[in-house]
Amino acid sequence: MSEAIINLMSISLDEVRNVAQLARLELSESELMSFQTQLNSLLGHFEDIQHLDVTGLPAKPHAVAMQNVFAADKVHISLPRDAALANSAETKAGLFIVPTIIEE
Amino acid sequence: MITQLTAAEIAEQLQAKKLSAREVTEAFLSRIDSENPNYNAYLTVDAEGALAAADQAQTQLDSGNASPLCGVPVALKDNISTKGLRTTCASKIIENYIPPFDATTTSILKDQGCIILGKTNLDEFAMGTTNENSAFGPVNNPWDPERAPGGSSGGSAVAVSAELAPLSLGSDTGGSIRFPAALCGVVGFKPTYGRVSRYGLVAFASSLDQIGPFGKTVEDTALLAQAISGHDPLDSTSLPNAKINIANLKSGSVKGLKLGLPDELFGPEIDDQVREVFELAADTLVRQGAEVRRISLPSIKFGVTTYYIIAPAEASSNLARFDGVRFGPRIKADGHIETFMATRGELFGPEVKLRIMVGTYALSSGYYDAYYHRAQQVRGLMTSEFEKAYQDLDYIISPTSPIVAPPLGGITDQIALKALDLCTIPANMGGFPSISIPCGLAYDLPVGFQLTGPIMGDEKMLQDSFAIEQAFGRDYRRPPIL
Repeated sequence: MSEAIINLMSISLDEVRNVAQLARLELSESELMSFQTQLNSLLGHFEDIQHLDVTGLPAKPHAVAMQNVFAADKVHISLPRDAALANSAETKAGLFIVPTIIEE
Repeated sequence: MITQLTAAEIAEQLQAKKLSAREVTEAFLSRIDSENPNYNAYLTVDAEGALAAADQAQTQLDSGNASPLCGVPVALKDNISTKGLRTTCASKIIENYIPPFDATTTSILKDQGCIILGKTNLDEFAMGTTNENSAFGPVNNPWDPERAPGGSSGGSAVAVSAELAPLSLGSDTGGSIRFPAALCGVVGFKPTYGRVSRYGLVAFASSLDQIGPFGKTVEDTALLAQAISGHDPLDSTSLPNAKINIANLKSGSVKGLKLGLPDELFGPEIDDQVREVFELAADTLVRQGAEVRRISLPSIKFGVTTYYIIAPAEASSNLARFDGVRFGPRIKADGHIETFMATRGELFGPEVKLRIMVGTYALSSGYYDAYYHRAQQVRGLMTSEFEKAYQDLDYIISPTSPIVAPPLGGITDQIALKALDLCTIPANMGGFPSISIPCGLAYDLPVGFQLTGPIMGDEKMLQDSFAIEQAFGRDYRRPPIL
């Protein structure tokens, strides 16, 4: 446990770079350094719950738990295609244009 | 002056034909025109739409068959979708986004003949405590324009406080309605999670987000809560008996109320003068027959940590949709991943990026158990402590905010800023209804009195809040600058 805490508390610049990649955020070197400081400060603060004994406590993912909420199997009028496309930076022939994913 | 009236008074005069919907709408539009530049409360004003809605509302009023709030203007936080009206979330990444649909709350208000005046400023994607994280500049508190109104629904709080709207809607994820309500001297109410539809609210942390009303009085706030509540099949977390009925609003009494003040929310974090004002207010209630007990809810002290793990974790997932493909501008780069990264890196503000980073880290392989899972366990613990307390008590009470409105730019330390959410966070963790009622002034600035109650206790809470408000009086509600 104590070892885990030490590991949790110190994030290297490379780890920050990796998290930014996972989060799909392009960050400048100065941003990376600033986030390293802020993340370490926040995560250091978060250490308090690491000392709490939570053995056997159920996790609570919702404010008010509900189960099996089904929608009626009915056809609804959905968003017209033009309306769905209207806010996009790039569209063509009724489709969203995205950067090339598979090269020819 | 029309703009000084409460929403209940406006509604009454509209129904009695003493005022017309157009007259009311024009009064607010004209005040917004002259005063909004001093506050930056509205990001978008829809004068044309508001006047057209006013004429429609008048037809309903003339028919004698209008809803209670028909013809009453409302301002909406700019993360609540409005069909055809720009919805920015105070972010550059959707600066020019025009929603193709209405949020359920928006369509309910339109159906009931409410006039949507415009969209109010907020912390970017509702992430902040002071409203200083808006991409379109901070909001000024009418009690002192050099001070912050609180966040994240700062624009909605100021719209009501500065009489730029009789009513407004905000969203509350960790206190974002109650906190600015307290700092601006208005009433702010977060209903039980699931009583107001989240459909069309741009998601920040879905298990915590809840839309709720601001008003000058408890009655105004209750009227709007009643209007917007109800089951919505479009929101799978919407409760079956969601409608809030306020028929008995004025029949409550302070006498016999059992109130619990946790030591954890009344420690050294609370400013001395805020503490004094709160104690005086609590004494007022005791003199009228309420009982105030000092209690301990030990897990509250982990609330801020728990919140700042769970909320960013959910946000990092919810905000993945902003990638420059379906909405917003696109910053072009070499490949598709690079394009997403360039767009998000360039157009999200610093606080949003920080929270996405925190959330991504907390959910990442190897850290999930230590952070996210553990935080959910603490969330469960905190909720059960509150539920146990409600077996003997009607409400958990505390100051809404540890401090009065801080100077703009006055708090730069990240941890100190986040710690300000101490008193408001528990209600979101458990989904509990919670309200902030103005209870006096410290340093000539408003102090809020917060009540948090059991799930589905909204009707009783509003009724008791009405009685509490009568006990506190309302003499100190209007900012002197007005």
